[in-house]
Amino acid sequence: MELDSGNTAWVLMSTALVLFMTPGLALFYGGMVRSRNVLGMLMQNVFAMGLMAVLWVALAFSLAFGDAGNAGVIGNFDYVWLRDVGPGLTDQEFLSFLTIPFILFCGFQMTFAIITPALITGATADRLKFSAYIVFLAVWLVLVYAPLAHMVFGGGWLADMGALDFAGGAVVHMNAGAAALAVVLLLGSRKGYPDTPMPPHNLPMTVLGTGILWFGWAGFNAGSALAADGVAAQAIVNTFLAASAAMLGWLAVERLRGGHATTLGAASGAVAGLVAITPCAGFVGGMAPAYIGLVAGAVCYLALGIKKAFGFDDSLDVVAVHLVGGLVGSLLLGLFADASINGAVSNEGLFLGGGADLLVDQVVASVVTLVFSFVASIVIAKVIDVTIGLRVTEAAEDQGLDLSQHAEVAYAD
Amino acid sequence: MKLITAIVKPFKLDDVKAALKEAGVAGMTVVEVQGFGRQSGHTEVYRGAEYTIDFVPKVRVEVLAAEADVDRLVEVVTAAARTGKIGDGKIWVTGVDRVVRIRTGEVDADAL
Repeated sequence: MELDSGNTAWVLMSTALVLFMTPGLALFYGGMVRSRNVLGMLMQNVFAMGLMAVLWVALAFSLAFGDAGNAGVIGNFDYVWLRDVGPGLTDQEFLSFLTIPFILFCGFQMTFAIITPALITGATADRLKFSAYIVFLAVWLVLVYAPLAHMVFGGGWLADMGALDFAGGAVVHMNAGAAALAVVLLLGSRKGYPDTPMPPHNLPMTVLGTGILWFGWAGFNAGSALAADGVAAQAIVNTFLAASAAMLGWLAVERLRGGHATTLGAASGAVAGLVAITPCAGFVGGMAPAYIGLVAGAVCYLALGIKKAFGFDDSLDVVAVHLVGGLVGSLLLGLFADASINGAVSNEGLFLGGGADLLVDQVVASVVTLVFSFVASIVIAKVIDVTIGLRVTEAAEDQGLDLSQHAEVAYAD
Repeated sequence: MKLITAIVKPFKLDDVKAALKEAGVAGMTVVEVQGFGRQSGHTEVYRGAEYTIDFVPKVRVEVLAAEADVDRLVEVVTAAARTGKIGDGKIWVTGVDRVVRIRTGEVDADAL
C-alpha cells in the first residue's frame, strides 16, 4: 500500500470534525443542566480534550492498537510514547490496509477516545466531584476504553468472532452508557431528585450543541471508512438520514404520549439516531438507515422510562440515548448488514437472507460490551468512592459546581 | 404623593411605558419579577417529565405621581396592559411620605 492523498485528506478533515463533537456535546449537555452547574458540565467535557488526548498518545493508543489482529482482549506497549507512530504507513500487518499516515490514524482514534468518556458526564451531572472525575477519566480510558477498542476495532476477539461495529456503537456508545449507569448507581441521585423540578436552563444551547454533534458525526461515521470512497459516501448519507428519521420517530411518539412535540425531543431524537446508525453506518444501504433511525427514535424515547422504573438518576438520559441507542443499532445491524454495500460484511443480515449468524454475533458482542464496561466501571468508581470520594459535599451541590469546583459563575448579573 | 405599582405581562411593558410617557410621566422603575395570582403557573414537559412551574415571569412597574394625577395614570396603565385574558396583572396605589431628588435636594412635588 502507498499513502493516498485523497484518503488522507478526508481522514484529516474527519479528525477535526470528530474533535469538534466534544465541545458540541458540552453545549448539548450544558443547556440541559441548571444554570449554576453549566460551567461544571462544559469543563468536564472540555477537560477530556486535554487529558484524554495526552493519555491516548502516551499509552492508550498502544493498548488499543498494538498487536492488532491478535484476537485477544488488549494490545501491547509497541506504540507507547508514539514510538514508531509517524507520518509514514505502519508496517503492522493487521493495519496494512491503511493508506493514511499512521500518526493520522492515531489522531483520528484519539478524537473517539476523547468523546467517549465525555458522554458519561450527562448521567453524573451536577454532583460529581471534579477531582474524582479526573481520576475516573484517566483510569477508565486505560482499563475500559482501550481494551474494548482493541477487542472491536483492533482485531481483538469480538471482531475475530465476526461481530461488526462500523464506528463505535459498542465501543463508544454502549460502553459509555453502561459506564454511566455504573457510576450513577454509586453516586446516587441529585439532591432533591425527583421531587424538585430541574428543568434545562438553556435549550437554545442544547439545540446548538445538537447541530455541532450532527455535523461532526459526518467525520465520526464517514471518517471511519478510513478512506474517501464509496463506503464513506454511503456512511455519511446513512448517518444524516438516520438522524432525521430518528427525530421524526422520537417526536411522533412524544406527541402521541405527551401531547407536544418538543425542541428537546427533536434534539434528543436526532442524537439517538446518530448513536444508532454509528455501528451500521458503512454496512447498510437503501432505506435501512431510515428504518434504523425511526426505530431508534421511538425506542429511545420509551427508554426514558427505565430510570423512573428502577429509581436511578441518570440526569441527562445517557442510558436511554447512548446505551439503548447503541444497542438498537448494533442489533438492527444483524438484520440489515449488506455485503453489496461493504465487502467487509461476510455474514449478511437476517433481512438480506444471511440467516441469524450475524445477529447472534451482535447479541454476544453487545452483552460482552455491556457486562465488561459495567463491571469494570463500577469497580473503578467504587475504588475512587472509598478513597477520595465521588461526590461533592451537600453544601457544594447546593452552591453549584461552577462556584464550588471552579470558583466561577457562568452568568454574572 | 402616591406610588403606583403595576404588575404586568412582560410583553406589555413597552405599551405601558409608551402610554405613561404619553401621559406626561417623567420617570419610572422597572423590575423583572416572578409570582402567581389567579393565573397560577403552567406545566413544562422535558423528555416526557412534567414540571409544574408555579411562578410566572412578570414585570413590576413603579411610578411616583402627584395625588391629582393618580386616577388618570391608573387608567392609562390599565388600558395599556390589558389583554382581557387571565394573568394581566394588578395595579395598586400606596401613599408616599416624602420624595427627595438626590442631585439637587429638591423634595416632594418638585422632586417628581
